[in-house]
Amino acid sequence: MIPAPFDYHRAGTLEEAVGLLARYKDDARLLSGGMSLLPTLKLRLGSFGHLVDISRIAGFEYIREEKDAVRIGAGTRQCTLERSELVKSKYGALADAVPLIADPLVRNRGTIGGNVANGDPANDHPAIMIALGAELVARGPKGERAIPANRFYKELFVTDLMADEILVELRLPVPPPRSGSAYRKLKRKTGDYAVAAIAVQLSLDAKGAVERAGIALTNAAPTPLEALEAQKFATGKVLDEKAIAETARLAAQAGSPSADRRGSVQYKREMARVLAVRALRAALERAGGN
Amino acid sequence: MAMHKISVTVNGAAREAEVESRLLLVHFIRENLRLTGTHVGCDTSHCGVCTVLLDGQPVKSCTVLAVQADGCSVATVEGLEQAGKLHAVQEAFTEKHALQCGFCTPGMLMTTSALLERNKSPSEREIREAISGNLCRCTGYLNIVKAVQHAAAKLAGGA
Repeated sequence: MIPAPFDYHRAGTLEEAVGLLARYKDDARLLSGGMSLLPTLKLRLGSFGHLVDISRIAGFEYIREEKDAVRIGAGTRQCTLERSELVKSKYGALADAVPLIADPLVRNRGTIGGNVANGDPANDHPAIMIALGAELVARGPKGERAIPANRFYKELFVTDLMADEILVELRLPVPPPRSGSAYRKLKRKTGDYAVAAIAVQLSLDAKGAVERAGIALTNAAPTPLEALEAQKFATGKVLDEKAIAETARLAAQAGSPSADRRGSVQYKREMARVLAVRALRAALERAGGN
Repeated sequence: MAMHKISVTVNGAAREAEVESRLLLVHFIRENLRLTGTHVGCDTSHCGVCTVLLDGQPVKSCTVLAVQADGCSVATVEGLEQAGKLHAVQEAFTEKHALQCGFCTPGMLMTTSALLERNKSPSEREIREAISGNLCRCTGYLNIVKAVQHAAAKLAGGA
């Protein structure tokens, strides 16, 4: 399959990339790893007059710990995240998820920024960003702005990014002591999207009660979905098995999955519930809760 | 039509070409360079028969633009053999019967040769994980795993 014709621009700097986006607007699309964009163009599900390649911009791939946050460059490839000790030590959910994304060859190209900014509810990083309480940093002609991940996703493939903005950085708050996160995903085979998947981060107070709960679902709605009721229920509670079961029930209930080859609505909801129980238990254990 | 001049080092040799923006790397390799060892299978970045090494890392060349490889090095299955001697993974695939129809083999060889560059003695689990983006419909993978272990031993001088 061959994409419809387009012009290719290799941006040397972010300023140049923003300038190209501002010039071509909706007829331009950013090319990062290309692992979603190129199949889209080849299958002719979409077509753009201009691709702006941002993958060669120097200093766009980094994982850096600062005082309150770990900053991840949007151009950071999945394979780099997979090998990062910093990611492993602080963000169990990310360490769980990355090896489950596509396959190793795709992870050698695909970037976290592309995965987050694409606006595909089937992508794994968005739910994790929401659960971790991350801020997504966008750069446009007027400078930078930070968008909370839970306010980034508007509709199917529609995000808060303007046509001339680029997602440049993901800022993950350093979790307080006694925090733990986990990601659980069911997929039919390597390379497939999730039947259901869920990200959980729990922070506990001195008594072991939940101080903050971040819970979000992948592929359960037209956008990545924050499970607000479940978060509210879990907050302030010491999570015993009964409370875990109720939190998981509320999380699964938040979803509105559609039936497809991956299963019926009922099956996907049930899988989301089961995965929620497992993710909650794992996050709790990692937080030192039991 | 948007054309771009690209320079790519393919199997150690510098190649220059003028390519259309939309030309895929796999088509550049097969049709422009006539290196047909790299196959086209699913054409949707699932099967891995188009695997080549781009700056040493295995990637699916059906999902990379030729223009994205500008300034990079590309290694294909044709480059594995050196001075008339097969690469250890090629010998091992032969000796352990790690192929039947052979269609997936070029991709398997590229992925596993890259794995052994990074990890001198991978466990069975690591081998299976590494080839999880390369599909084989003949072997059931058993002999492929054995061959990779055998190749690792060969490279370590043990076989």
